[in-house]
Amino acid sequence: MHKVFSVPDPLRKTPTHYCPGCGHGIAHRLVAEVIQDLGIRGKTIAVAPVGCAVVAYDYWKFDCSEAPHGRALAVATAIKRMQPEKIVFTYQGDGDLAAIGTNETIHAANRGENLSVVFINNAIYGMTGGQLAPTTLLGQKTSTSAAGRDKKLHGYPLKISEMLALLPGVCYLERVSLHNPGEVLKAKSAIRRAFQNQLEGLGFSLVEVLSPCPTYWGLSPREALDWIRDVMQKEFPLGRIK
Amino acid sequence: MMNNKKILLSGNEAIARGAIQAGCGFYAGYPITPQNELIGYMSNHLRDSGGVFIQAESELAAINMVYGAAASGARAMTSSSSPGISLMQEGISYIAGSALPAVIVNIMRGGPGLGNIAPAQSDYFQATRGGGHGDYRLIVLAPDSVQEAYDLTREAFYLSDKYRVPAMILGDGVLGQMMEPVELSVKNAKMGDKSGWCLSGCQGRQPHVVKSFFLREGELEKFNLKLQKVYRRIEEKEARCEEMFLAGAEIILVAYGTMARIAKSVIMRLRNEGKKIGLIRPVSLWPFPREAFRAAGRNTEYLVLEMSYGQMLEDVRLAVAGRRKIEFLGRSGGGILSEGEIIDKIRSLIRKPGGRK
Repeated sequence: MHKVFSVPDPLRKTPTHYCPGCGHGIAHRLVAEVIQDLGIRGKTIAVAPVGCAVVAYDYWKFDCSEAPHGRALAVATAIKRMQPEKIVFTYQGDGDLAAIGTNETIHAANRGENLSVVFINNAIYGMTGGQLAPTTLLGQKTSTSAAGRDKKLHGYPLKISEMLALLPGVCYLERVSLHNPGEVLKAKSAIRRAFQNQLEGLGFSLVEVLSPCPTYWGLSPREALDWIRDVMQKEFPLGRIK
Repeated sequence: MMNNKKILLSGNEAIARGAIQAGCGFYAGYPITPQNELIGYMSNHLRDSGGVFIQAESELAAINMVYGAAASGARAMTSSSSPGISLMQEGISYIAGSALPAVIVNIMRGGPGLGNIAPAQSDYFQATRGGGHGDYRLIVLAPDSVQEAYDLTREAFYLSDKYRVPAMILGDGVLGQMMEPVELSVKNAKMGDKSGWCLSGCQGRQPHVVKSFFLREGELEKFNLKLQKVYRRIEEKEARCEEMFLAGAEIILVAYGTMARIAKSVIMRLRNEGKKIGLIRPVSLWPFPREAFRAAGRNTEYLVLEMSYGQMLEDVRLAVAGRRKIEFLGRSGGGILSEGEIIDKIRSLIRKPGGRK
């Protein structure tokens, strides 16, 4: 019998700690599939974030570094500069990349570091219990904005991908989503493109992935996917940004 | 002799040259006075030896770039001055927690806060107690001459590699800026074998992970105990100091770095007058050279001199453990103790009736 679906080699055969309906498991798998397809597991080095995905290295089967919260792109910059022949990517959440690490993000992008970034945007802080994120939507209730995000108190959802599009060092930006199988396949193509760009030495590539967090959105897994489709992608439109 | 060729360098340049001689392959830094000659030298010369230089967007980014380069197996360094070193503390804690070797240079200036750009020694606690969060230590070396700044930088890379513990060169604005002749070395600092843990892609081996996160029950305690074992070994083996005229000394001055140079001048003047004055100059501030304080005679007392208001003083107290009298004299925030001020203090100690028992 011909086997059509299996665990990609760069992914460990182990259950994850993620909540039911969380997008991280899918995103981890997409990254692993891309690395498998490109045949680069032996020369890939990942930098994990601080956030729910901090132990991504327990699920991936290739070299990984941790970084302090927000500093993944500084750590990745040095790894890539020391080993330009390796494939280096960061995997970061919205708090990591767009709040505490905004400075590192902008400057790594502006230097045009030849890196790939998988940016998981779930509009909330998951690991610490559902607090307001830079990408939280207006009106969205979180544990530190119980009445909903108020532009007067908290400002607006930060569109960091659109901001990065202004920088000449950035070669590729795309926003994708995990809310249905078709979008998941598009997300995989975008991640592959980001890695392919690095292989070709084109510069800084970032894929923003709209990813469900049913636990802290207070929704069922199914409702969370619908919320991305019906609400979240109106604020964060899908498609090629640069 | 050809081997003894000396050139004139500032302390900052000497540290940069010592680092490159030691095989430093990566430097990231952010400008701050009074260490700008160091980042300047690295920007102009590190590439020539095949290294990578990055002017980072902040000290936070700089220390985390050092983390990445160290994780790649390179000899990595950053330098800054007091406020910048405060910003780096998070990264230094992560470097210690990930058992990565790295060298951090602090050319101290006046604090707290933005303070001023005058030389000071008021970051001693921060350097020797860890500085960031968690139970960790840095190997801290404190040169008192430009030559020693050059030599100890090489030594810092060697020790840091050997123990996988970050090392700090702790100098001050005087040491960084002043120029002295330096004999350049052709010696290499032996590089540790990093192939067993560094990140280089897992081709042909199991994946490596560089991390400081130990969430499972008991894991972090186990790791911390391992670190503590390394620290005890460093305390046993790597304490170093310079001792002068300790035999029969009635007063032993204790000073490091720039302050020790002034203390040496004082000693020469007073010994010419027949006064029995000695010096202990800690070269490693951590590990602190405690053994040097065991040999003092019954009537000896210590005078600790610092460009701070009494930080190393606490280590001297711990080393002396109440067995001898300890006096202190210090200035910080712009002022540096003069020879005259120190001599006045010593004379008052000598005159003091029953001052020494």
